Amino acid sequence: HLADKNSVLKILGRFDSGVLLLSTHRLIWRDQKNHECCIAIPLSQIVFIEEQAAGIGKSAKIVVHLHPASSNKEPGPFQSSKYSYIKLSFKEHGQIEFYRRLSEEITQRRWENLPAAQTMQVNKSPQAGRIRAVGIVGIERKLEEKRKETDKNISEAFEDLSKLMDKAKEMVELSKSIANKIKEKQGDITEDETVKFKSYLLSMGIANPVTRETYGSGTHYHMQLAKQLAGILQAPLEERGGIMSLTEVYCLVNRARGLELLSPEDLVNACKMLESLKLPLRLRIFDSGVMVIELQSHNEEEMVASALETVSEKGSLTADEFAKLVGMSVLLAKERLLLAEKMGHLCRDDSVEGLRFYPNLFMTQS
Amino acid sequence: MERRKERTKQAKYKERGTVLAEDQLAQMSKQLDMFKTNLEEFASKHKQEIRKNPQFRVQFQDMCATIGVDPLASGKGFWSEMLGVGDFYYELGVQIIEVCLALKHRNGGLITLEELHQQVLKGRGKFAQDVSQDDLLRAIKKLKVLGNGFGIIPVGGTYLIQSVPAELNMDHTVILQLAEKKGYVTVGEIKSSLKWETERAKQVLEHLLKEGMAWLDTQAAGDPQYWLPALFTELYSQEITPEEAKEAIP
Repeated sequence: HLADKNSVLKILGRFDSGVLLLSTHRLIWRDQKNHECCIAIPLSQIVFIEEQAAGIGKSAKIVVHLHPASSNKEPGPFQSSKYSYIKLSFKEHGQIEFYRRLSEEITQRRWENLPAAQTMQVNKSPQAGRIRAVGIVGIERKLEEKRKETDKNISEAFEDLSKLMDKAKEMVELSKSIANKIKEKQGDITEDETVKFKSYLLSMGIANPVTRETYGSGTHYHMQLAKQLAGILQAPLEERGGIMSLTEVYCLVNRARGLELLSPEDLVNACKMLESLKLPLRLRIFDSGVMVIELQSHNEEEMVASALETVSEKGSLTADEFAKLVGMSVLLAKERLLLAEKMGHLCRDDSVEGLRFYPNLFMTQS
Repeated sequence: MERRKERTKQAKYKERGTVLAEDQLAQMSKQLDMFKTNLEEFASKHKQEIRKNPQFRVQFQDMCATIGVDPLASGKGFWSEMLGVGDFYYELGVQIIEVCLALKHRNGGLITLEELHQQVLKGRGKFAQDVSQDDLLRAIKKLKVLGNGFGIIPVGGTYLIQSVPAELNMDHTVILQLAEKKGYVTVGEIKSSLKWETERAKQVLEHLLKEGMAWLDTQAAGDPQYWLPALFTELYSQEITPEEAKEAIP
């Protein structure tokens, strides 16, 4: 929309939604719904233009700085304005391209060479309406062509996509058939071939039809990944008291990689193999469903003993308070306190003030 | 003796026209190679389209789902490697986790999809690739498997995103949906709209209070009001403070 700062137009939203057209002579704006509403500026009025990049809540803009209006200027939305510029706001897209074209036209100044035979009457009278000039129709036609071409590109992309999906579908059918045969033992599949099959499924993103377990578990890829993780996570785990939540691990590892990131499932599948590969880390799943990676040397049950001490010292603690004291994430702090409760060392006071843990005096003072 | 049995078995199968699993496996291997080539060709023509066009991404994802393929299952999958869709969504996952962690103490681990979208866009900066709400939802669905309690709760035409392992059952969800209209809800409203008993309404509201997802305003005229901080972004500055940001990075 045309934004004359603080202008009535902006408040009324009158020039809010439309199409911007560029000719060799003029910059034209036409309302999207009411084609009779049309305003224009001769390109010769433009001193220079600048871009304003998009931001949060702000669309990309082009600021058009203008010469002062001549006395015989045609009637427009305003007789005068205290601003010497207008702002064109591109709510959807097109700012970059339009800026380029507008710059070109301003540079080339073709209006000086070409006869302005196609003057446009911007008629504000109620009966007026349709812009009859040939120039506009030509512009519209070009726009229509461009739109058709973009549509064609998109539909070409969709067509190609459909063809690709048909082929992918064949692969899915084939894998189902293979899986059935494996189940019904029609033919001998070696261990190696099973692993190969799993890796094919992994490449295609097909769920393992035999076991219905997560994609590609037990593939070489995940084994390698598990070994890598053991290497990468040793130091971070030690820094964090031997335990990290899986979301922390996900962020840490992917931030470090930068490219070729792990999917959440890749991470989980690799971690599931840690124990069987006898690596110095293990995956642990708490009752709440929270998943963590622990150093093998880490013993959460022992940490509970020290948690009990801390809580006793303070009388009582919430997960937040405990987390701050010990320097842990709130998530893991809560899990430790819950575990302590499960083991009978703490009991809870669950009120609207929050969940607070106390030493379990029933245990110690019976 | 064994080998003869083996051969007879094979012969029997071939007679019946049944194809053996290992033969199909060989066939699959060949088809996989061909598919890889097709995908490479597709990528060379349309990779940019996927990058730039959120609509096309939706179409792509829907088609994959229809045929039973998950392009985001693994970073090692063809789709991810060749179309680059993987990195886009997995990185988005990291950004979502960080925003949710930073804001958790404000909203108890519930955030509207709108606010999440805004914060993520802010974090990505002006020159990053555009991200749609659909993209966020897909990334979140993938994050669920990490066990951190990520969930998507439909409320009034949009969604609340849960990022903590709190138990939210149907009763809680219904109350959240009721509260979405005004940002708060009272026991009286629950009783009249849902026809619940006081006890049931109170229990659900208390659970939300305990989880930090609701705040109680006893000074309101009339019934005490239970507000959802996730829903009143206008009252907060939208900036994530440096302290909050520190909380978010492991």
